[in-house]
Amino acid sequence: MLDTLPLENERLVYARPRTLASRYTHYCPGCTHGTAHRLIAEVLDELGLQDETILVASVGCSVFAYDYFDVDACEAAHGRAPAMATGIKRYHPDKIVFTYQGDGDLASIGAAEIIHVANRGENITTIFINNAIYGMTGGQMAPTSLIGQKTTSSPFGRDTQLAGYPMHMAELLAGIPGTAYSVRRSLHDARHVIQAKKAIKTAFEAQMAGIGFSIVELLSTCPTNWGMTPGDSCDWVRDQMVPVYPLGDFKVADELQQARGRSKR
Amino acid sequence: MAQQLLKGNNAFAEAAIRAGCDAYFGYPITPQTELLEHMSARMIELGRVFLQAESEVAAINMVYGAAAAGAKVMTSSSSPGISLMQEGYSYIAGSEVPVVIIDIMRGGPGLGNIQPSQSDYFQVTKSAGHGDFHPIVLAPATVQEAIDLTVLAFDLAQQYRTLVFVVADGAIGQMMEPAELPPMRPLPARAPDWALTGAKGRSPNLVNSLYLGADSLETLNLRLQDKLHAIESAELRYETIDVDDADLVIVAFGTAARVAKTAMQTLADEGIRVGLLRPITLWPFPTEALYDLSRSGKSFLVVEMNAGQMLLDVKAAVGADAPVSFFGRMGGAIPMPEEIVAAAHNALAQPAFAWAGA
Repeated sequence: MLDTLPLENERLVYARPRTLASRYTHYCPGCTHGTAHRLIAEVLDELGLQDETILVASVGCSVFAYDYFDVDACEAAHGRAPAMATGIKRYHPDKIVFTYQGDGDLASIGAAEIIHVANRGENITTIFINNAIYGMTGGQMAPTSLIGQKTTSSPFGRDTQLAGYPMHMAELLAGIPGTAYSVRRSLHDARHVIQAKKAIKTAFEAQMAGIGFSIVELLSTCPTNWGMTPGDSCDWVRDQMVPVYPLGDFKVADELQQARGRSKR
Repeated sequence: MAQQLLKGNNAFAEAAIRAGCDAYFGYPITPQTELLEHMSARMIELGRVFLQAESEVAAINMVYGAAAAGAKVMTSSSSPGISLMQEGYSYIAGSEVPVVIIDIMRGGPGLGNIQPSQSDYFQVTKSAGHGDFHPIVLAPATVQEAIDLTVLAFDLAQQYRTLVFVVADGAIGQMMEPAELPPMRPLPARAPDWALTGAKGRSPNLVNSLYLGADSLETLNLRLQDKLHAIESAELRYETIDVDDADLVIVAFGTAARVAKTAMQTLADEGIRVGLLRPITLWPFPTEALYDLSRSGKSFLVVEMNAGQMLLDVKAAVGADAPVSFFGRMGGAIPMPEEIVAAAHNALAQPAFAWAGA
């Protein structure tokens, strides 16, 4: 348990979401996994879904995500979280099922599973952390690494002749009919964090409405494996990643647009 | 329920449904495809979960998810697909969730062919994935036994929270025989306490095979080994025919055992005292029964539709001093009764290992 400061005479304006477990994480200082976790937990709190939700954690730095969310959870094999989530959701169609996957997991070894979960219009939500690198294994090239990006397995920089191009998963999945919602957001500054939270909420609302697969791709930092300070990492997302991975909505199902229109009025 | 003429693959599927299977995920592969097709109609009719996955890899991970969610879940495949599913078997074993797998074996290695084979013996009994575990492996020899052992597989999977295989060569999957199906069981009203159902009114459940510390992972492994030992002592099943008076004991399972029974009639007519030990569980294996038979000076003839895989378990059971012969057919060929008769003659004269050419 974390130590808490006494709160007499204080007005509480910010607290740990109930869905976020009271536990130290293993994430490196400056990594945006913590931000993403908190946003998801806030959304699940706000939608009242904590005791309806089942998390499918994946392989990568977020392998212990099940320790950080106070919900029913399982840990999938590398890349297979969408398949495992399919098995759970088909058996419990009334529950909220989400996967939390990194870029190696989702865009490389699990590319087939994510495409088919979208194509079936599976009513699950995927939070996709794109930090352009394999974090847990120590900084190898990911399918999302930028052209020229030096990693421990592309020491001369990513060469497209050798290793192909950065994969644009949010755009790719948007092109699949079963996808209800596919957007890209970033976690590099406060304004973008707020926008990311709104997207995460919409993604879960899409699942609640039962209108198909929803995914939020989040541009994220990896200060340790990028060899940068946390601050420089956020700047690198803004200056290097966003130009390659444009932020935006690539698919918003008509039903969702109508719902959003109603809520604005 | 009266006997009816049933095809093996349909019998496996319908038996699973009647045993309470409420979720099925699979991928087409010959010679098990009728099983998937049967499920695609019946499971939907009954309002249960059926899904044709994009691959065997996805299918087994869907199975893993449904099992974690509390389903009585099954998949089926044939040898190359069983190889692809190995990733999931290991996670299922490590997470201790109940799963039933039906393997309608075909000839290998590689793409091999679609003819009946028993060459997945090593894979299912010894190397179903990384880490220390054994699935329970049941091996029917008739369509009726396919039904009975499929029902048993669901019971054992639930009882031990483990992976249970029912393995049959393609001949049993494709043949039609009179058989009797069991009555339809009611589905359980609620999921088990450990299942993922949303943590309403309780602390969260976790289904996981990740234990980072050596101590905690060894503790898991010790528990798994205890469970395996309990299975070994309680769930061993085999059939014996005339073994006590036999000079020669044939050891065979599945279709090979059926052919051996035909050969035994010829051998008995010739005055040869021959018996049969047919393992019904391939894991656990009847090691002690074979050892006991070997102490009374009997010879053994192992007959398989492979290059001699169960043979190694028989040799390990009876010891180096017992005379053990082998006759096998490979590549999807089925041994003929007269080939087994000849092999029995040879076994009594001079123990040898032999493979017949086509």
